[in-house]
Amino acid sequence: MRTYGAEETGAAQRKPAGIAGALRQMLGMREVGLIAIILLLFIVMSFASPYFLTWVNMRAMAMAFAVEGIVVVGMTILLISGGIDLSVGSVTALAMVIAGLLFLAGFDPWTASAISILACLAIGAAMGFFVTRIGLHHFIVSLAVMVIARGICLLGTGGRPLGLYTLPPEFKFIGQGSLGVVPVVIVIFVVVVIAFDFMLRKTTMFRKVFYTGSNEKAAAYSGIRTKKVVFLTTTLCSGLCGVAGIIYMARFGSAQPTFGMGMELNVIAAAVIGGASLSGGVGTIFGAILGAILLSVVSSSLALLDVSVYWQDIIRGSILLAAVTIDHFINKRRKQRV
Amino acid sequence: MKTTMENDLVLKLSGVSKSFGPVQALRGVDFDLRRGEIHAIAGENGAGKSTLMNIVDGIIRPDSGEIYIDDELVEITSPAVAQRLGIGLVHQEIALCPDVSVAENICMCATSISRSLLMDFRAIEAKAKAALGTLCDVPPTALVRDLSISQQQLVEIAKALTLDCRVLILDEPTAALTEREAKILFGIMRRLADQGISIIYITHRMAEIFENCDRVTVFRDGQYVMTRDIREITPGDVVAAMVGRVIDNLYPAKLAAHERSDEVILAVRNLTDRARYRNVTFDLKKGEILGLAGLIGAGRSEIARGICRLEGETSGEVELYGRALRLRHYRDSIDHGIVYLSEDRKGDGIFLDMSIAANVSALSLELVATRFGIVDERREQDLATRLGRSLNLRYGDIRQAASALSGGNQQKVAIAKMLSVNPKVIFLDEPTRGVDVGAKAEIHRILRALAQDGVGILVISSELPELIGLCDRVLVVREGEITGEVAGDRMTENNIMYLASIEAGRAATA
Repeated sequence: MRTYGAEETGAAQRKPAGIAGALRQMLGMREVGLIAIILLLFIVMSFASPYFLTWVNMRAMAMAFAVEGIVVVGMTILLISGGIDLSVGSVTALAMVIAGLLFLAGFDPWTASAISILACLAIGAAMGFFVTRIGLHHFIVSLAVMVIARGICLLGTGGRPLGLYTLPPEFKFIGQGSLGVVPVVIVIFVVVVIAFDFMLRKTTMFRKVFYTGSNEKAAAYSGIRTKKVVFLTTTLCSGLCGVAGIIYMARFGSAQPTFGMGMELNVIAAAVIGGASLSGGVGTIFGAILGAILLSVVSSSLALLDVSVYWQDIIRGSILLAAVTIDHFINKRRKQRV
Repeated sequence: MKTTMENDLVLKLSGVSKSFGPVQALRGVDFDLRRGEIHAIAGENGAGKSTLMNIVDGIIRPDSGEIYIDDELVEITSPAVAQRLGIGLVHQEIALCPDVSVAENICMCATSISRSLLMDFRAIEAKAKAALGTLCDVPPTALVRDLSISQQQLVEIAKALTLDCRVLILDEPTAALTEREAKILFGIMRRLADQGISIIYITHRMAEIFENCDRVTVFRDGQYVMTRDIREITPGDVVAAMVGRVIDNLYPAKLAAHERSDEVILAVRNLTDRARYRNVTFDLKKGEILGLAGLIGAGRSEIARGICRLEGETSGEVELYGRALRLRHYRDSIDHGIVYLSEDRKGDGIFLDMSIAANVSALSLELVATRFGIVDERREQDLATRLGRSLNLRYGDIRQAASALSGGNQQKVAIAKMLSVNPKVIFLDEPTRGVDVGAKAEIHRILRALAQDGVGILVISSELPELIGLCDRVLVVREGEITGEVAGDRMTENNIMYLASIEAGRAATA
């Protein structure tokens, strides 16, 4: 009897792609294009402003996207599974507020942080419940949670930032310390990115996220429990918001109820510029982080060039539109070729 | 009458070419259409049929070539222009608004050219009713999302009929229709033709061409091959012209009497799912290909999906090789080796934007992963390459997206996905829908080979000639119940239709 399945170990029959082929494939990749644009910006800016290529500015830029980058990771995975989360900014702020209030109530900061992250996971799980069990759309559920979470932040703090001056130095170390010359925040960020990038590309667990986002019904017809997948990606995204919130708290030494307004747009923009598709099934962590870096470099450049804050928003929005438009045409051409 | 018609050309194409990037979809194609004829266009997938029709409808602009309507040179720059010239196209894929009523869908074109600000719902409903009247009894106020696929297809046709067109193009309209609905459609087509409307009919099915059309034009690889009067040609000639070679035997040989086995692979007893089906009982034996026939909506797919726990709440027993199964969800079913190939390949059979390799391993991730749940891409690609070879899959690179493949090859990827888990039983729901003749014969051969290897094969199909040609035994379902079984000499379209619908049976005996 012939066997068709995976047990049989057939000899590898792959064509070697060839160096030219590999190069062409690499150049076609979204990430390479983004790196080129970022490098170009670096070169232009290093001539345009004497402050750009300084250690201080580099560090500030890295700090600016590193914490948000953790949220970008969660958002990218959620987008790949076919979802979206508008509540990330509010939930990040809520994580700060919950941990801050618990700390002021006498909990030690580590316990307070753990409880706060668990609370964020619970919020994600609740959203996942409404999406997968009740059958509502991610967009509307997370919109509601965005408003509710912000409301809780303001209610809990009376709208004023909580000063947490008594946070012990070993806790503040997370947000403010350095390992050698590298800030701890960057270390955490790099570890999170590498871990999730690896898992997303290599593990069966996250492969199911791609299947689900690519075609939910086909995934179900492949024995994948798609509702479970979506539930988990929704929960994970909120959980990573919780982690980001705690890092922000350690960095600022305070809990700010109005923090992170508009963050969702930045985060979604980064993921989409990095190649994630709003209709699911496509995206990489590496690309999304490059998207976040690009947005951060642009913001920093505009600030250094003394461009008005209002113009900065207009330019950031235009970049998003341009990136998505270019992507659309590249995809169209690719489809026509085959 | 006929003689005057023969020189009366409504539509004439000459030297039409079109390329998409490096792919030459059409090379200097000629075509002419007489007034009041039903003209079949045949060709394998990728032969250029749909491209040509999209050019006639103004969706695609040709690179070169001329289009004449009533001997007048025209330029069809958009579907709106085509409409003004009296050309109506019913696409293969349904393009209706699901949340809008049937009537509004049918009159959508009329709405877009209406000068009135307000919708005249009564007029729209009356018009829709008139257009639907002869086709099917769908209420014009029903929402399209509540209709079955075949009803939606009929609404599409009704929509084209309201346009008062002189040229009606139907692109594989019967793919989703039952035989009975198709018969009604052919009656209407003939009536329209008698009224002087010219119909271009695109199909894969030889029987339909020879029963209903006046002339046939064959395309192959973007080139015009021939146009013939139906009376002077045989189905074999058309198939040979389509594939460029003679396909000697469309179906593989069936089981010989001495090869039959009494060993039962899958035994189903009294399977019931409240409203959908009742007391379904059958045995799937080793070596045979079992067919499941019935009208669309009779519950064929539901039974298959119920057995492997994809949907529904079922009661009753399922035994695999004599052992009772307790399946909770589809994953359990896969782990026991019972898999289901979906009828809607693009909708839920395949991940279009993922690689061929990732598609094949969707059922069998655990088999190509290490103990720690890390996918071994080498093993994954080897699996896909090996299964692809055994199915004669044609592709450039195993890592390319499945969307780059032709329909027949996509279906092979979907089958490879099933085979990756070494299944014991495979349910195949419309395994050759939208697949060209060559690939279809290949898929049939593959199924026969699997059956010979001891895999239980159950095929669901709306195409009776396929069931009759391929299966050793056919069960017929009507309204959720198995009404009979045909095998050997009794396996005829008439017998199956009789069992599938009492009405059709009465008509046959009357």
